[in-house]
Amino acid sequence: MTDHTLEAQGLTLAYDKRVISEDLSTHVPVGSFTAIIGPNACGKSTLLRAFARLLSPRAGRVVLDGRDIASRGAKELARELGLLPQTSLAPDGIRVADLVARGRFPHQRVFDRWSPDDEAAVLRAMTATDVLDLSGRLVDELSGGQRQRVWVAMALAQETPVLLLDEPTTFLDIAHQIEVLELFRSINLEDGRTLVAVLHDLNQAARYASHIIAMRSGSIVAAGAPADVITPEIVEDVFSVPCRVIDDPESRTPLVIPLVRR
Amino acid sequence: MTLTARTDRAAATPGVARGAFVRTLGLVVMIALLALVCVLSIMVGAKAIPPGDVIHALFSNNGSHDDAVIWDLRVPRTLVGIVAGAALGVCGALIQAYTRNPLADPGILGVNAGAGFAITIAVAFFGLTSPSGYVWFAFGGAAIVTVLVYLIGSSGPGQATPEKLTLAGVALAAVLGGASQIFTLRDPNLFAGMLSWSVGSIGGRSLALLGAIAPFIVVGLVLALFVARPLNALALGDELGRSLGARVGATRTLTIVAVTLLAGGATALAGPIAFVGLMVPHAVRWFTGPDQRWIIAYSMVGAAILLLVSDIIGRVVLPSGELRVGLVTAFVGGPVLIVLARRRTASGL
Amino acid sequence: MSLDLGRPVAVWRPRTGASHRVDRRALVVCAVLVSVLLVLGCVSLAVGTYHLSLGEVVAALTGGGDRRAHTLVVEWRLPRLLFAIGCGIALAIAGAVFQSLTRNPLGSPDVIGLDAGSYTGAVVVTLIIGSTRYADIALGSLVGGLLTAALVYVLAYRRGAQGFRLIIVGIAVAAMLASFNSYLLMRVDPQTALIVASWGAGSLASLGYAQLVPFAVALVVLLPLLVLVASPLAQLELGDDAARAHGLRAERVRLGAVLLGVAFSSIVTAAAGPIAFVALVAPQIAHRLLRAPGPSLVTSALTGAVLLTAADVVAQQIAVSTGLVTVTLGGLYFIWLLIREYRRS
Repeated sequence: MTDHTLEAQGLTLAYDKRVISEDLSTHVPVGSFTAIIGPNACGKSTLLRAFARLLSPRAGRVVLDGRDIASRGAKELARELGLLPQTSLAPDGIRVADLVARGRFPHQRVFDRWSPDDEAAVLRAMTATDVLDLSGRLVDELSGGQRQRVWVAMALAQETPVLLLDEPTTFLDIAHQIEVLELFRSINLEDGRTLVAVLHDLNQAARYASHIIAMRSGSIVAAGAPADVITPEIVEDVFSVPCRVIDDPESRTPLVIPLVRR
Repeated sequence: MTLTARTDRAAATPGVARGAFVRTLGLVVMIALLALVCVLSIMVGAKAIPPGDVIHALFSNNGSHDDAVIWDLRVPRTLVGIVAGAALGVCGALIQAYTRNPLADPGILGVNAGAGFAITIAVAFFGLTSPSGYVWFAFGGAAIVTVLVYLIGSSGPGQATPEKLTLAGVALAAVLGGASQIFTLRDPNLFAGMLSWSVGSIGGRSLALLGAIAPFIVVGLVLALFVARPLNALALGDELGRSLGARVGATRTLTIVAVTLLAGGATALAGPIAFVGLMVPHAVRWFTGPDQRWIIAYSMVGAAILLLVSDIIGRVVLPSGELRVGLVTAFVGGPVLIVLARRRTASGL
Repeated sequence: MSLDLGRPVAVWRPRTGASHRVDRRALVVCAVLVSVLLVLGCVSLAVGTYHLSLGEVVAALTGGGDRRAHTLVVEWRLPRLLFAIGCGIALAIAGAVFQSLTRNPLGSPDVIGLDAGSYTGAVVVTLIIGSTRYADIALGSLVGGLLTAALVYVLAYRRGAQGFRLIIVGIAVAAMLASFNSYLLMRVDPQTALIVASWGAGSLASLGYAQLVPFAVALVVLLPLLVLVASPLAQLELGDDAARAHGLRAERVRLGAVLLGVAFSSIVTAAAGPIAFVALVAPQIAHRLLRAPGPSLVTSALTGAVLLTAADVVAQQIAVSTGLVTVTLGGLYFIWLLIREYRRS
């Protein structure tokens, strides 16, 4: 048994005629909170979608616990890999508890739609994301941050050892962003789940992630601990932004400070 | 640089045609094409009349049988085709501009069902079996339905989105269609008459009829040209349009009035003709770009051409008898719409 | 500690490995619908050219009563009532499935050209092949409807048949078929054309047990398949990405659901001709009654049964085809629904 949970081996990813990545290889360490960062259209969401099996690679394979994910059954994979997509639709009139309960689908069968296990898992997920007091309310009436926590609860209710998150903080204001990132940190540390998140904000990635994958134009420029990846050279290489990196006074993680242009 | 100048410039540049000169040239070419097609329309028909005789008859009508064919059948037909075509094309352009949706067609507004129901009532209850008798019913029915669809679609605080209008149009069309059928299915003659009317045709309409309806269509066309510029501003969204000085409410109202006149007039004149209002503005836009003034002008001419060409095809394609223009446009327009739907990722209906 | 779902629910767990959760509101609504259906059924059996009392109806149903009542109730009116209930159920389910798939209240099997195709099939059989036998027309409409639905699906398919594209292609194909039908109808004498058009208006008249049996068999075969598709369909409403992340094979479920929706709609059209609007309106009403997300198949089915039975009762009173009643009244109700909805948002 290796210590790699999720691994990409020689992936070539493309949409129709447009090739995004070629021969991409990387791994996500077990139990880590991995952040994939990079400029717009660098292929980070594409990589995440390949991990989630939403996109079939043209070449190469994604390996989960030693086996190619393409060979797994759909529900079987859904019990091991959870995904929080970038855009999801909340059906009209659905209540919080119902939406979270939808995450139990991979564990349910035709005649077993609401077992005691399901109910317990939903309770646990909602407690972890602190939405229990919103349980009976309509999802439409919630604030952005609350709604995102509910979606995270749904992904948690799936009870998968690995959780993939596609831009989970992009449309939230800063208070909610921190709220959600702290939640991810606690899920990662307390439950021991492996998290892979596509994040926009470099400094948030540096602060919360334990492993960073930096991409540009479909290729991986660097991968490793934040201290190793968030360096002025690599940041300039990936984002074309000259900067300097200091220690964040609060968390002692790398803090990127773009240089002023003169 | 004023804001309006900037929109004009923005509206002027995209599209294959750049600059007013090329577009004016294009329009002149289209009008010449229309003239050519008109001539063809007068020349072609079930009865083969040599071109020389046709030209002769156009200048001096001496009551011969051939002259009657030309003056009583083909010339009115051609003129109706021009007027109805222009009305349909511009109506479609207006609706597409109003709903900001390139896949909108006047037919979805239930206009045809409204006219049909009104005619059914006219024939069943008032015994008006001639076109000159029921044409005002048709016009009224079409107009009332257009207004109703607009009212339903814009009820409440929200704007009249294409989806709302389409839903309202579908519902009204179904209700009126069903109600019409309640009457027609009891009376074979009424049924046959309505069936015949339900397939649009530009033949068999007298010049007198044309003369009665044409003024409404002309008013509609003039209104459309008048409202074209404000519609350009509205294309960017109501709020942006308002900030650019367009008067949103007035523009929308005038557009609806124009649509009502044009849709009502065309349906009263020629019966239901599908897809012309959808295809022509869409095709025209590829050449002219998004400037509504050019789109409307080109649609006017282009739709007339399309309708006449479809009619000519309908006259010659079958070994005997003719295929009415309503059928031709349906069979041509359907595939076009499908191709368009496959290519676009348009939002809403 | 139990979960607050925001509304009262009933949970049924007969043994481990089997469990089900249902809104109490849904149970109440369905109970009410069943009661209304029973009342309508009695009215349908009692009222007609010859009125019968409730006692006579019950007597006829249970084997007693005089010959005349028995003939009226059991041989004439009962099959028609059963047809109305069965067709209402089938149409409503087809509509619920399609509206869930297309996430659009306009997403009704009628709109994808199914009814137009069925009509064309019947027209072709009657006017080109020349047969007026019920079985031939039924077969023709079935084939016509299925071919059209397949054509529309294929034409709308482009890495998946998105709901909106399906509707537009359906409208285009339906318009073409309608023109073709008009063309064919114009070429025959008005009497024949009228007969065909009457079929096209959807009628439950002159349908007896001979026609009921194949329809009922088809319905009984199709209904259990719904169980397989019901919760994946609800899951699809979360969006393709989320649904696939839950282990759903989105395209497969969509295809299966479309096939089922088409099947339910086609058996009705084959049996009685196109009956419009029930598929559109019944699921909408069910949603408003339940105020819950998801396709609500059972409630829609019961609503459809109630609507069509009511429409049939009305149709019999004013001597008009049932299909015309559903179209006019259904359309009017739909307009009212639209206005109310727009006022609210």
